Amino acid sequence: MTTTMTGPSTVVPRFPGMRVTQGRVIQSEWTKFRSLRSTRITLLVSVILTIGIAALFTAVTANRWSHLSADDRASFNPVVASLNGVRISQLAVGVLGVLLISGEYATGMIRASMTVVPRRLPVLWGKFAVFIGVVGVASLVSTFVAFFLGQSLLSSKHLNVAISSPGALRMVIGAGVYLLLVGITGMALGGLLRNTAAGISTLVGLYFVIPPITELLPSSWSNDISPYLPSNAGEAFWGRPDIHHLSPWAGLAVLCAWTAVAVVLAAVRLVRADA
Amino acid sequence: MIEVRGLTKRYGDRVAVRDLTFTVRPGSVTGFLGPNGAGKSTTMRMIAGLDAPTAGTVSINGAHYRGARAPMAELGILLEAKAVHTSRSAFNHLLALAQTNGVPRRRVDEVIDLVGLREVAKKRVGGFSLGMGQRLGVASALLGDPQTVVLDEPVNGLDPEGILWVRNLLKGLAAEGRTVFVSSHLMSEMALTADHLIVVGRGRLMADTTVADFVAQASGTVVLVRSPHATELRDLLVGPDVTVTSAAAGQLEVHGLSAEQIGDVAWEHRLRIHELATQRASLEEAFMEMTRDAVEYHAHTATETEAETLRRPVTSGDPR
Repeated sequence: MTTTMTGPSTVVPRFPGMRVTQGRVIQSEWTKFRSLRSTRITLLVSVILTIGIAALFTAVTANRWSHLSADDRASFNPVVASLNGVRISQLAVGVLGVLLISGEYATGMIRASMTVVPRRLPVLWGKFAVFIGVVGVASLVSTFVAFFLGQSLLSSKHLNVAISSPGALRMVIGAGVYLLLVGITGMALGGLLRNTAAGISTLVGLYFVIPPITELLPSSWSNDISPYLPSNAGEAFWGRPDIHHLSPWAGLAVLCAWTAVAVVLAAVRLVRADA
Repeated sequence: MIEVRGLTKRYGDRVAVRDLTFTVRPGSVTGFLGPNGAGKSTTMRMIAGLDAPTAGTVSINGAHYRGARAPMAELGILLEAKAVHTSRSAFNHLLALAQTNGVPRRRVDEVIDLVGLREVAKKRVGGFSLGMGQRLGVASALLGDPQTVVLDEPVNGLDPEGILWVRNLLKGLAAEGRTVFVSSHLMSEMALTADHLIVVGRGRLMADTTVADFVAQASGTVVLVRSPHATELRDLLVGPDVTVTSAAAGQLEVHGLSAEQIGDVAWEHRLRIHELATQRASLEEAFMEMTRDAVEYHAHTATETEAETLRRPVTSGDPR
């Protein structure tokens, strides 16, 4: 090895002020985000699902209220009813998250991205920043719209509650935050596995397949495991209080922990492994 | 300037690049030549910081690329045409790359015009032909007006007009004082474009030389002699540094003597000569001979796991 390797480069860029900053990488990631039709469509689908299913669910419930059993009426929660779309739209948001990163690996774009930002991590943080900004706003707007639309549909039977009723605001915001965290987990899985199919199936497994399987375990086991699964922990935060669930804030903490682990693994893989 | 020192890359048992050391200097076009699978792309990926070397170091313009403040001003690289999201337009692709380093938007339009993609700039890259994809790759490499330009097989998929364009572009970049490093598996292309050559075979450095020296070194000139006195002439010509072979009766191929020397010998001994022709080995032959030797040499010394991968036949993908 020679000693010529050391020292800063003496190259003077032709364009003044040229250098990589986190802000510029975020700007670049925003350009990438908005310039893909699949991204816009998936995001729109998730918003429509959140709002549409809330409308459908609350309208049907209001319509059939007089035919419902006493049990069903007793367990009815108007806030949860208007947020039920999240159970489906989380899949769209999660897939969007996976695609945003695995798509770069599938097409080879990642090599261009990593070459112009050789430190790499700013690209990952830039993607998360854009995702939090865009999907966070879209998710919160859609859960609020779902809530108010759902309540107005329930008002015909006077089943509606106000946003000021106990826990309602937390649940509406919680559902939006939950969607965002599922999406971030999807992104992390996309970056960790670098493959769209693998990323989506892992996400679906984690959120849709494992929870019902744990219910089949002996209840002493399932009671220990089930509340800590990301979907159940999330529901503790945005859903109705349930003896099988954690408290809302503990649920949020557990969900954030799951997300953080996935993000850290993705960041480590990005920096350590060959691009 | 690109300085590669002791560069080695292993993928499991396979050694893709083995202890490679060379320097690519500014102001000229340096060709990176080797058969397919010789380790050219792997080396270029390590230069770009995409792959971490198993051993050794790479520096760009005297510094580590990863620490560069403005990476796009240091290095512009075309790795393969497919480093683009196919659903995005060429303009948005280039804009997104430019924004990371603070390259102004007008430069995006500038490179689009430079590579001749103006009419399709707003179209999805997925619909691009191979040649258009290569032009987009060249555009992204030039976006930051880099001091060092690395292009992996840039003429792949280009029509003759496009090949000429790349050739002139590379020479122009070198004339501006930039470092230009361009790979190819075609010796003939390198001969027209490059001033200097780095030749690799099976991940090892085979030559680091000028184009002219490379040809002379790899295979000396051959003089073809046709004479009715071929046998007598052969006895007169054979010497310590001279080999004479005969492909047909009355015909000799002489290595190690010039046509003038052979003609003089014939004249002194009053032997008639019907043909005396100097045959310069083609660049392609010189290149193939060198890399073939490399493979044979390694096949004998390689360990068993390596030998398996080494025994694959070495051919240049497109023998002209």
